[in-house]
Amino acid sequence: MSGSLPIGAISRLAWRNLWRNYRRTAIMLLAIAVGVWAMIFMTALMRGMVDQMIEDGIDALPGHVQVHHPAYRDDPNIENSLAEPGADFARALSSPEISGWTARVRVPAMISSERDNRGVTLLGVDPDGEVALGFDPDDIVEGRWLQGPDDTGIVVGAKMLERLETDLGKRVVVMSQDPDNNIADRGFRIVGVFRGKLAAIEESFAYAGKGTVQELLKMQGRVSEIAVAGADYRDVDRALAIVREAAGAGSETLPWTELDSYLGTMMGVMDGFVLVWIVVIFLALSFGLVNTLMMAVFERIREFGLMQALGMKPATILYQVLLESLMLLLLGLVVGNLLAFASVAALRDGWDLSVVAEGMEMFGAAAVLYPALATRDLVMANIVVIALGIATSLLPAWRASRYRPVEAIARA
Amino acid sequence: MADIKCIELCKTYLQGDAEVRALDHVTLDIEPGSFICLSGPSGSGKTTLLNAIGGLDELDSGQISIDGDRVDLLGKGALADLRLHHIGFVFQAYNLIPVLSARENVEFVMQVQGVSSKERRRKAMDILREVGLEGMEDRRPAELSGGQQQRVAVARAIVSQPRLVLADEPTANLDSTSARHLMELFCELNENHGVTFLISTHDERVMRYAKRLVRMQDGRIIGDERQAGISG
Repeated sequence: MSGSLPIGAISRLAWRNLWRNYRRTAIMLLAIAVGVWAMIFMTALMRGMVDQMIEDGIDALPGHVQVHHPAYRDDPNIENSLAEPGADFARALSSPEISGWTARVRVPAMISSERDNRGVTLLGVDPDGEVALGFDPDDIVEGRWLQGPDDTGIVVGAKMLERLETDLGKRVVVMSQDPDNNIADRGFRIVGVFRGKLAAIEESFAYAGKGTVQELLKMQGRVSEIAVAGADYRDVDRALAIVREAAGAGSETLPWTELDSYLGTMMGVMDGFVLVWIVVIFLALSFGLVNTLMMAVFERIREFGLMQALGMKPATILYQVLLESLMLLLLGLVVGNLLAFASVAALRDGWDLSVVAEGMEMFGAAAVLYPALATRDLVMANIVVIALGIATSLLPAWRASRYRPVEAIARA
Repeated sequence: MADIKCIELCKTYLQGDAEVRALDHVTLDIEPGSFICLSGPSGSGKTTLLNAIGGLDELDSGQISIDGDRVDLLGKGALADLRLHHIGFVFQAYNLIPVLSARENVEFVMQVQGVSSKERRRKAMDILREVGLEGMEDRRPAELSGGQQQRVAVARAIVSQPRLVLADEPTANLDSTSARHLMELFCELNENHGVTFLISTHDERVMRYAKRLVRMQDGRIIGDERQAGISG
């Protein structure tokens, strides 16, 4: 097209102009690269921390979808129980969307040692089912994990053991209420001690065989909840639909995001926070970018005038300056992305923050942080930098294209 | 060849609070194939007249036509097209693009015109040879002397064979040998290719080459005489 340059020629001009002032371009490039690195790496750290908090929280539930008696969530009483699921339920759940499920008794109880007593959430579980759902037998730091639904031992958290001032192999008494509102109690021997990812889990959960607990509470054939794990906790819609259909009416089927609204909102809040974080860093960067381009434009007013005098259309000058900005941004993005990848790779085995672990545990985070580089965060950071970078470059580019040739050429 | 008619051109600038009348009812007919020098002291309106004819500056009043087309009525896009295809500019300060080599500077206008790369390269090499810059094609402006830079600027102005070349003090920064070579080149292009030249200068050596000498003062034409002119 007459009056404009082919893209190859504009690119060549833009590239050479970019390196006219090496130092300025290098400084700006460094600023963009560090900004992009901070966007991606810090986001990966925060995402890793939040993901871990969510995963640990889900492990504590555990299950991505749970089925309860409709009144159970308001009153987790033994009366609000469900019939233990049968073969039909198991068949309905044999889908690739479902990675495992189990039924458990979950009741509030009192646990007493010879020295102290505490409130506890007593879980009557099928040990294999819990492992399928995410319980890690390696978390057992002393003793053993339960060997079956009729195991008569109890597994408690390390912190609980400490609070009760008791030890592995000693007996504790667990006391709760049966469906007739009578006190039901039983002695259990501590067969295992687990170390939870969250301190709260260690302090408040105790595992016993499902059959043993059902017998204690006189609720044979009944369970408090059915927990189901989907393929990915971030997307449980399909799993929820399958479980809801299998559970049928007369029960309440909810995803983890509703079962624990704090955890549920955390994911959305994190996405919003990532965007805000990226935009804030970019805003700081944009001042430097606009300043660099403005300086580059002011230094070349005569050239822009000359180009117009020779017959180049103002729009081509605008594209040229925008292309310079795009090249600068792309270079900065490449370097920034590489730095971020390298930083995340360097910390792939975790970043031990045990020095501040107490503080982190207070809000549910683990002491070792694993950065999580999410594709959507990466894409968002790159898109924001390019889109806002081009937007902020419009002003200098527009100014470059608006000079009157006769005035521009006359500049000393 | 370009037939240029300037009728009653007026242009006033503000210099601080003072009004400067750069063109004061200037009327000038330029026949195709002319070789005209505009002479006069600084501030006499020479550059303003060149800029107005080249569509770089707007007039307060008056009419300019090139081959019957009214330049003063054209929009920015049409003016850019006129300059691109029909007018070559040579400026006092060379005004080369510093990030481009001599050849690339010469090719620049043809590139904007959309000429194929092979054709561009051939024409650029030919014209650089013609202006005596063979072997210096790949040098950037900073690596060339003032005279060499001006020759690149001339090569750029004439490479696409414009009908009209507007040259504003083209020899102001050149030594006498370079100035003579440049004027001989202009004469050769005028005589052999029929390119119309309108040159502003206050260099007496340049004026001797002109076939017509137009004298300006305070924005007015105070003299218009034809002369033999030194031949290229």
